[in-house]
Amino acid sequence: MSSSRPEPVPMPEGRGAATLAAPEAVLEAGAVTVPKAGPVAPPAPVLAAAPPPRRAWAPLLQAAPLWLVLLLFFVFPLLATGVVSLWNYTEYSLVPDVTQRNYVEMFEGCGTLSDGLCTTFRTYLSTLRLCGMVWATTLLLGFTVAYFLCFHIRSDGMRMALFLLCTAPFLTSNVIRMISWIPLLGREGVVNHALLAMRLVDQPQDWLLFSEFSVVLAFVHLYTLFVVVPVFNSMMRIDHRLLEAARDAGASAWQTIWHVVVPLAKPGLVIGSIFVIVLVMGDFVTIGVMGGQQIASVGKVIQVQMSYLQFPAAAAQAVVLLALVLVIIAVMTKLVDIRREL
Amino acid sequence: MEERRGLGFWLLALFFALFVLFLYGPTLTILALSFQGPDGGLTFPMQGVSTHWYQTLWKGVGVVDIWAAFRRSVRLGLVVMLLTTLISLSAGYAFRRRFPGQGLLFHLTVASLIVPSIVVSLGIALEFRLIDDAVKAYAEASGAAWLADYATAMGLFTSGLGAHLTWTLPFGLLIMFAVFNRFPAQLEEAARDLGASPWQVFRHVVLPLIAPSLVGVALFGFTLSWDEIARSSQAIGDLNTLPLELQGLTTTVTTPEIYALGTLTTGVSVLVIGLSFAAIALWRRLRLRSTA
Repeated sequence: MSSSRPEPVPMPEGRGAATLAAPEAVLEAGAVTVPKAGPVAPPAPVLAAAPPPRRAWAPLLQAAPLWLVLLLFFVFPLLATGVVSLWNYTEYSLVPDVTQRNYVEMFEGCGTLSDGLCTTFRTYLSTLRLCGMVWATTLLLGFTVAYFLCFHIRSDGMRMALFLLCTAPFLTSNVIRMISWIPLLGREGVVNHALLAMRLVDQPQDWLLFSEFSVVLAFVHLYTLFVVVPVFNSMMRIDHRLLEAARDAGASAWQTIWHVVVPLAKPGLVIGSIFVIVLVMGDFVTIGVMGGQQIASVGKVIQVQMSYLQFPAAAAQAVVLLALVLVIIAVMTKLVDIRREL
Repeated sequence: MEERRGLGFWLLALFFALFVLFLYGPTLTILALSFQGPDGGLTFPMQGVSTHWYQTLWKGVGVVDIWAAFRRSVRLGLVVMLLTTLISLSAGYAFRRRFPGQGLLFHLTVASLIVPSIVVSLGIALEFRLIDDAVKAYAEASGAAWLADYATAMGLFTSGLGAHLTWTLPFGLLIMFAVFNRFPAQLEEAARDLGASPWQVFRHVVLPLIAPSLVGVALFGFTLSWDEIARSSQAIGDLNTLPLELQGLTTTVTTPEIYALGTLTTGVSVLVIGLSFAAIALWRRLRLRSTA
């Protein structure tokens, strides 16, 4: 019977449960879901309330539409990408083949370091650099915001209201949130006016907009909540008695954060990191709009190759990007598992 | 027994306030600037206050038929919303029991969320190009007359719809997981013990309880589709959605008209969010009244 089955995902306890029981669907969506079933959590067969096991074909039928969509628009496209990355092409058409041409051309000149780095390596390095800056910033901001919400706000209602305030922008357009920076950062923008008025600079600063700075700023603006949400969820499960115990044992506030909160929030931090890293590694929209179409990134290379109809070359780029991203994810999830095994 | 707030609290509160300002400040800035006077530019100061730029927007932006894109995005968003809700609900229901391929399906769904969007978009574009080539080759070989005018299978409601679903369905399914994890199974058992059929249990016990969450799934479905760019970019076909047109306009339009368009787009998102909350609140009130 269903009642004897184990609950694979334990309900959070204490304060967490009270908040999570807040029934707004949107809250649930934000606060609970993403982390619960992220790549770190095992694929939870959600069995807490399973009906009796008659009609064994029913779940298969119910899952069929999801299977269909994922096969048609995710699995087959990835397979097509892999296959086409081995094809040849002319100016007009794709030529089925098994050739290493696209990969060879991609890494042309990468063997020797005498002439400096090859284009592909430079592009990947600059993308990784952006990624690193954005990751560090979002992690710090996201952690602090989640920490404030979880441990410093006392009323559940207020906590949820503030949490919603932080997550609602996720449901609005990224491009508009990007162009919103133009009147602030431009040559004639608010920031430059303020800097001039305060005599901190004697002429308008150009590095504020359409630069690496504005790209990082926009990423942080867009993606910090991808850290806030999972970290918040991890933190809500922390038993507050642990913090009290740390304090009673003489730990300072910083020691409590570093030795108690951070380790326990690690699953959330890892899931948030994966989101941010993947979003930045594959980006071409933000880097395009906020970088004034001047900054190289892997996503942009793919987009440009697509626009020149060099599909196999773009496919090879995509395969390499995907492989890199998967390696990063694998490493990150290992970080969490190791901690659990210790 | 309230403790006194320490310095740490106030520092963090200040930090949080600045963070919220950082989140909302820019959007409020373009909201203000969209009401710029006719002589005003892209930045402050405001040259008077007017709805001039909304009026020019109404007449259309240059060569782009922005209102056609607007309607396309609304239509696509509604279809994505409906399908996301139905498919997530159905799959979420399936995941409450064990079934073959469960683990794989779960991993695929999560993968669909975290594989870079440009890779998914490129893949769908390639897939449809291969389909097109195959159909054209078949048309040539067989001389089928009905295929003579065939151009492409790509389009808003084929490749575009699929691209959006790969983005919205993971969110939908994860929401359903959260919902069913906390679902009071005793109620279902009670209904079954009273002789309800599986469909009756679903229709009269489960559905009323999870309806507010379904509104949440629908909200995600619409808003994520309404703003989607990265996955649409290569896979949408000839006719662009509103965000794609908007992205193009960022480089060409140099008047506050673009702020008016941006404010309008955000307005639609805010409207949908508001409607969802209203629907959830209304549903609760009706339920309370019916059980009272």
